[in-house]
Amino acid sequence: MWGILRRSAVDGGGFSASSLRKTRFALVSARSYAAGSKEMTVRDALNSAIDEEMSADPKVFVMGEEVGQYQGAYKITKGLLEKYGPERVYDTPITEAGFTGIGVGAAYAGLKPVVEFMTFNFSMQAIDHIINSAAKSNYMSAGQINVPIVFRGPNGAAAGVGAQHSQCYAAWYASVPGLKVLAPYSAEDARGLLKAAIRDPDPVVFLENELLYGESFPISEEALDSSFCLPIGKAKIEREGKDVTITTFSKMVGFALKAAEKLAEEGISAEVINLRSIRPLDRATINASVRKTSRLVTVEEGFPQHGVCAEICASVVEESFSYLDAPVERIAGADVPMPYAANLERLALPQVEDIVRAAKRACYRSK
Amino acid sequence: MKFIPESSPQRVPCYRVLDENGRIILNSDFIPVSEKLAVRMYEQMATLQVMDHIFYEAQRQGRISFFITSLGEEAINIASAAALAPDDVVLPQYREPGVLLWRGFTLQEFANQCFGNRADHGKGRQMPIHYGSKQHNYFTVSSPIATQLPQAAGVGYSLKMEKKNACAVTFIGDGGTSEGDFHAGLNFAAVMEAPVVFICRNNGWAISTHISEQFRSDGIVVKGQAYGIRSIRVDGNDALAVYSAVRSAREMAVAEQRPVLIEAMTYRVGHHSTSDDSTKYRTADEIQYWKMSRNPVNRFKKWVEDNGWWSEDDESKIRSNARKQLLQAIQAAEKWDKPPLAELFNDVYDVKTKNLEEQELGLKDLVEKQPQDYPPGFHI
Repeated sequence: MWGILRRSAVDGGGFSASSLRKTRFALVSARSYAAGSKEMTVRDALNSAIDEEMSADPKVFVMGEEVGQYQGAYKITKGLLEKYGPERVYDTPITEAGFTGIGVGAAYAGLKPVVEFMTFNFSMQAIDHIINSAAKSNYMSAGQINVPIVFRGPNGAAAGVGAQHSQCYAAWYASVPGLKVLAPYSAEDARGLLKAAIRDPDPVVFLENELLYGESFPISEEALDSSFCLPIGKAKIEREGKDVTITTFSKMVGFALKAAEKLAEEGISAEVINLRSIRPLDRATINASVRKTSRLVTVEEGFPQHGVCAEICASVVEESFSYLDAPVERIAGADVPMPYAANLERLALPQVEDIVRAAKRACYRSK
Repeated sequence: MKFIPESSPQRVPCYRVLDENGRIILNSDFIPVSEKLAVRMYEQMATLQVMDHIFYEAQRQGRISFFITSLGEEAINIASAAALAPDDVVLPQYREPGVLLWRGFTLQEFANQCFGNRADHGKGRQMPIHYGSKQHNYFTVSSPIATQLPQAAGVGYSLKMEKKNACAVTFIGDGGTSEGDFHAGLNFAAVMEAPVVFICRNNGWAISTHISEQFRSDGIVVKGQAYGIRSIRVDGNDALAVYSAVRSAREMAVAEQRPVLIEAMTYRVGHHSTSDDSTKYRTADEIQYWKMSRNPVNRFKKWVEDNGWWSEDDESKIRSNARKQLLQAIQAAEKWDKPPLAELFNDVYDVKTKNLEEQELGLKDLVEKQPQDYPPGFHI
């Protein structure tokens, strides 16, 4: 619950569900690579995506703790209860195992639930339903039972929330066949990927990031359209470069872009790939990039052993070995449960400097 | 200051219609069953018994890898199924194949699933007895215990939202009620006012754990009120009682949009599964007693016979027919090919992802290049 107290100060006031679509944002972007004059926070992007999909399909409904009357623990579902009523925005009792099981049952019967975990740390209390009841059902039933469910919520580290609220679950869920696992970064990612997830007939784990909710991004007219959708399984090249490939997802994309700016000052041109989709992993885009740059730095917030980075390194070493000019570099969170004290927390997570150093190591290791 | 005692001086009474000799107990209220329905119910109970024995033997002979019988629980299986409407969605645990049998799943289809052959509707994906059929509104059996309970609440909620004239019906054993999902499923169904009928088969044993080691309450029925759920305890070996109770519960669930809990008292005559030898933890005498003197099939048979609706001739016919059909089904199922390699990568997702397509091509290529490493006649 701590996140709510912090976030409420930053929460965009004056936002109402009915005036969602067009007219709010006229802020001029301060970013150096702004495309248009419209901006949107990730929070609003997620909210508008859910709203539009609920409007388009009466089978879509939202459920989770505090999603209705409280307007959402992180206000992602703000305004939806008023608009769609308590049957479609369902406040659940406190039992992740319970409401996840119920969501899966509803999906078995043909509805399209969007289940919110207050944080994916709590999804561990429901993980049997996610894996054994949702992920494997289509296969085990030979296509008779499909589960069009979306599990979404904040994943990974926030700020000062300690070990039981900071773990990244990307590697855990992405190892399971039958699940699709997505991790948006920008507002456009949030809109396009969440819409794709809700429309997808398979179970999707949608990993958001609490610290990104309040961040604003420029957004195109195309992305604001209600039919907008991004493909699942396709990574995005956020910044083109030729000297080193940096792959990452979620909040670390922002860090990688900052690192790329710093590297550019020192004459190193970094290509930053925003994975967007952890499962299926866009190995083709990653390998094509490494074949161009010959160097790989892969970044994630989560624990290092058996992480997403490990999979990417394996893929690149298997498929592009002869193109590599340097050993692959992995930057991940420290191999400790997340400490609380701010200085320790900072040391336990990748920082921009870590990414810069890794890229430099990769670049100076050549012939 | 008064504490509610941990147990009542008297146990919750058990609803019964037939006595042990198959005679209707004076003044019992029950929903009448026609000759046609009664005969069909008996035939299916007898068929289920024969099916259990033959598949069990097939496993013992090494022809299938695993099997779970429903011996002793034929009345719960068939009478509950007879009391439901075809649109009612069933989420089984694993000891309720009789419900699927009643709804029209053929003996050949059961055999195909157990052998995991090419004709299996489950495409050989699951171990034996994990039957499922969308067509028959019977969800595929799932191994983790009690997961079907909150799922049933979800299905019920879905039926409620779509205003369908149907309910969700889900089964659980006495042991399964210890799972966290039991609490979540019942609590939720009550709060959501979902049309769900929860049927607990209290058969006394959870593998080797006796009910005295499973809970300290007076069985399961008393837990219903704790969730605000209307409940009844019924003699699970009395086919007429089970029929009436389930039928009434079903009508209540749909008309009043509420969950209902039924605790059906019974006894697990067979071992937990073919991986179990229950004589290791209970006496052979105890098993024999329930098998011979408290048998639900014999009890119902007496009533049907007393009404003049069933003869010894009918009896030997149904049993020999069932036996013959089953042996033929097993022979055929055993001979048929296993599912083709192409089915290995299907259904992981709705549409195969690129990495799966690549893996499939890789495997096909390998099988073609190294046929000596694969069994003869290995199908792609």
